[in-house]
Amino acid sequence: MNHNILTTHVDTSSETGLRTEEMLLNVGPQHPSTHGVFRLVVKIDGETIKEAIPVMGYLHRGTEKLAENLTYTQIIPYTDRMDYVSAMTNNYVLCHAVETMMGLEIPERAQFLRLIAMELNRVASHLVWWGTYLLDIGAMGPFLYAFRDRETILDLFNELCGARMTFNYMRVGGVKWDAPPGWIDKAKEFVQYMKKELNNYHQLVTGNEIFINRLRGIGKFDTKTALDYSLSGVMLRSTGVKWDLRKDEPYCIYDRFEFDVPTATEGDCMARYHLRMAEIEQSLRILEQALEQFPSEGEVMGKVPRVIRPPAGEAYVRIESPRGEIGCYIASQGKDKPWRLKFRRPSFTNLQILPKLLQGENLANMVAILGSIDIVLGEVDC
Amino acid sequence: MSDEKRKPTPEEKAAAAAEARAKAEALRKLREQEAQVSQEASPVEASQEPQEKASAPEAKPVSEMTPEEKAAAKKAAAAEAIAKAKAAKEAKEAAEAEAPVAEQQSEAVATSAKPVSEMTPEEKAAAKKAAAAEALAKAKAAKEAKEAAENGANSASDADAKAKAAAAAKAKAAAAAAAKAKAAREAGGDESGDDDAKAKAAAAAKAKAAAAAAAKAKAAQATGDETPAEEAPKAPSKNQPYLDKYVSRISEAFGQEVIEASYINELSKEVPTLTIQNERWHQVAQFLRDDEQLSFEYLSDLHGVDYEDRLEVYYHFYSYKNRQSLAVKVKTSREESKVASVMDLWHGANWNERETFDLLGIHFPGHKDLRRILLPDDWVGYPLRKDYVQYDEEV
Amino acid sequence: MNTLLQQAPSWGTTLWFIIAAVLLLAVVLGFVTYAIYFERKVIGWMQLRIGPNRVGPLGLLQTVADVAKLLLKEDVRPQHADKALFTLAPILAYAPAFAVLAVMPFSESIQFADLGIGLLYYIALSGITVLGVITAGWASNNKYSLIGGLRSAAQMISYEVPLVMSVVGIVLLTGSMNLEDIVKAQQDVWNIVPQFIGFAVFIIAAQAELNRTPFDLPEAESELVGGYHVEYSGFRFAMFMLAEYVYMFGMGALITILFLGGWLPIHPSLDFIPGIVWFILKFSLYVFLQFWIRATMPRLRVDQLMSFAWKVLLPVALFNILLTAVVVSYQNGMF
Repeated sequence: MNHNILTTHVDTSSETGLRTEEMLLNVGPQHPSTHGVFRLVVKIDGETIKEAIPVMGYLHRGTEKLAENLTYTQIIPYTDRMDYVSAMTNNYVLCHAVETMMGLEIPERAQFLRLIAMELNRVASHLVWWGTYLLDIGAMGPFLYAFRDRETILDLFNELCGARMTFNYMRVGGVKWDAPPGWIDKAKEFVQYMKKELNNYHQLVTGNEIFINRLRGIGKFDTKTALDYSLSGVMLRSTGVKWDLRKDEPYCIYDRFEFDVPTATEGDCMARYHLRMAEIEQSLRILEQALEQFPSEGEVMGKVPRVIRPPAGEAYVRIESPRGEIGCYIASQGKDKPWRLKFRRPSFTNLQILPKLLQGENLANMVAILGSIDIVLGEVDC
Repeated sequence: MSDEKRKPTPEEKAAAAAEARAKAEALRKLREQEAQVSQEASPVEASQEPQEKASAPEAKPVSEMTPEEKAAAKKAAAAEAIAKAKAAKEAKEAAEAEAPVAEQQSEAVATSAKPVSEMTPEEKAAAKKAAAAEALAKAKAAKEAKEAAENGANSASDADAKAKAAAAAKAKAAAAAAAKAKAAREAGGDESGDDDAKAKAAAAAKAKAAAAAAAKAKAAQATGDETPAEEAPKAPSKNQPYLDKYVSRISEAFGQEVIEASYINELSKEVPTLTIQNERWHQVAQFLRDDEQLSFEYLSDLHGVDYEDRLEVYYHFYSYKNRQSLAVKVKTSREESKVASVMDLWHGANWNERETFDLLGIHFPGHKDLRRILLPDDWVGYPLRKDYVQYDEEV
Repeated sequence: MNTLLQQAPSWGTTLWFIIAAVLLLAVVLGFVTYAIYFERKVIGWMQLRIGPNRVGPLGLLQTVADVAKLLLKEDVRPQHADKALFTLAPILAYAPAFAVLAVMPFSESIQFADLGIGLLYYIALSGITVLGVITAGWASNNKYSLIGGLRSAAQMISYEVPLVMSVVGIVLLTGSMNLEDIVKAQQDVWNIVPQFIGFAVFIIAAQAELNRTPFDLPEAESELVGGYHVEYSGFRFAMFMLAEYVYMFGMGALITILFLGGWLPIHPSLDFIPGIVWFILKFSLYVFLQFWIRATMPRLRVDQLMSFAWKVLLPVALFNILLTAVVVSYQNGMF
């Protein structure tokens, strides 16, 4: 079906007696608030959106095809570049899939390092979301505060694995580098600092009348719609489904730590905002416990054969990334390179609900709704 | 690889090709036995290297260059000798540890009944010990197989004995590997050894069809000795009953022939996997979603895979009501690839089906808006297919 | 100044007037330059940054560099833009902003035109700015500009009503629309005290008139990528920016005159400090408040903005008028 909306005009003169026309507006691909190269073609009638058609693929780099010619360890840097804001979870999902297939045992210290890295990355990712979301809404200050705090996390990562954004840190069987001396103490300091800072952020933004009016009641949907559209992560939890893969299908060593899974029932942008802020708190809680229980010695890489060959067969594993459920499917034929590698990306799946949410909405709310879905284009396009 | 630029003379090519082919034939026979034995053992590189190297000279008789071919053939022969020696040594070690294998395996499985998080250091040590014992057992099985292979190689007419021995060793190795996998992972195993071995054998048989049938029979015998203890993972417990339930519910509603295959996927956290007939897929999908006992309201993943003889679409469902996962595969041919769209049942399938269409060329009749999503609209070809010709060559 | 005004016009007086006007223009431009600089500095400090500090000592020449860049840029005009209107729009936006400064009494002696209806003159002229905005939005031949222009027009027109209503209370109290009389009437107490409701309404409506946060939807960068002035570059863009800041100057001056006592000292004992200094101090306070709000607040959505103006501000302003009328009548012995 050739969906050429560029040539359709609708005459709405019958209602008002005035001849009006629908206008086609291109939001993006270069646009300050589309969180990447993402194009949204909206048909508007005045200020109301009649239809919104997302166009993506500007950042499609063929990761899945490339992976068919790379060994599993070589694919790990490619995973960093999918969801570049929270690259640790991407690393982990691939390593977890291969380890599940091969039945490998990961040493304690490596598990702890993985968990700490993933949770720090979760905090960093939510800070980016907070800063940019508020920038879209119009407040400029929080963006800089968020990035200042994220800077501390990136410095920690820099010490740990040498990179600030594309970490390439995890390997099949463990992690590549051990924590340098003093790193754990710096991380503990950061956790304490961030807990206090979070209170400041709440005072600055969360109670602001203008802010509440912008977000409350916008972009609402219910549980049935959420399950139907395969939403995951905060999008699903904001409708009342208490589901977090860290608690319900535990992986790594998440089952050792106590943390809550915040949920809300309204299903609107305000609920998602509160949930993500609460998730930062819970991540800090997990981090506190993990840093406390960090084993003082141990290997960081398990016993893994030199050439990694998962047995022939297929496997699909999923873990909780800051954006939702990220899954990795590997079809192996017993060789050192995968036969087929597929990533189930949460941003891609969560974005499907955007046209439905935008129908009949105000143009000004489009930015608020898109921001609350929290997408990263590297992940949408893979 | 500057050698690639030099072209060989035709005589050199032919001579090298014949030589390589002869060597490859001899090698292949030996490889099959060795590979069957060692395939399901833990990846011991020595036994698998010759496997890989054997396939190299076989696969490219002409396209390789002259000096490389010779070198490759020489390497293969050398590797074969090394492999024989190594396998003989391993077999010796394994022989010593066979006796206590059964008890240690059950002990290992029993101790790993608790998830890793609750293990005390003693239990952890016990688990480690069990894992070590299993490794020894595996090596022993490899040795037996090697002996059988060598005997078989010496007396080529003893094909039957060879096959039997190879199958027995393979089955033992399969069982050992299965037990080790269980001990290493937190989740529990399933109780039916039959399905377990069947799944493993099914996976192996894709690559080597030679002694598959014999292996199955032997596996039934061998795994009768071990019945790994039942384990209760955090989510609802054993998955085999779930698989049975799904199979029975679907067969009741649609008949036996709708399910082409059903097994527990050991490698993927024991998810029950079904292969559904392509023609009735939409009806079955609706049943999966609407039936109260199944109630798979959540579609986690949908994508296609290109196996060279066919295309497959893989679905991963989850039921929040029952807290159970299900994986479904639907096959279709490469020439006329069509799988009924489930977009009307789960809206989340929309873009996933578009992506599968975009990258693999599988059509989804019933999809309201099937067009390319990641690639530009005027792209020609389906990149993820194995026979894809690059469209943007000049870029 | 007054003496100059009252003399018969001759070459000499005309020359003096011209020089005075140029002087005021220079002051205003100087204010604009350093208001932009301070805005960037203050917002930077509030965001834990430093703000411009490279160009010139402490970055003081930053705006000069920016303006020079804008003036030297190529004059780009979209191909299908309406030529005449495209050129006219910045002028329509800027000219009234400067013209209103004619009636402002900056101190006892510094005033250009002593109109009896000074306040009305201000309000009337500031409405012309809306025309400039709509013209810019239309003439750019760009959907984003059009949306921005229409939004801005709706916003500015809507907020003019509460703006005017809120100052009626002062007119009632003073009994005159002459700005100088209004200042003189605040000898005992500044109007902010009796007219605090009017002050609140005026401050909010002024923000909307100036298109500043939290009412800056017409130029929302993250939604409309610039709104009505997205197609303008170079000198014309500089004119729009100039218009905004000169208008802020005018509004600041007006607030100081109407509510904060103009050039009057806070206490008569402090009147050795010249009036112009007091004026500048109060004026700076208002401008700083503007920057502070910009660094802190998010943006209102357009329909929320409009409903706020008509459903909240206007009734409050009308209530203020009623209250003031009752109090004034009581004072005049009507009851």
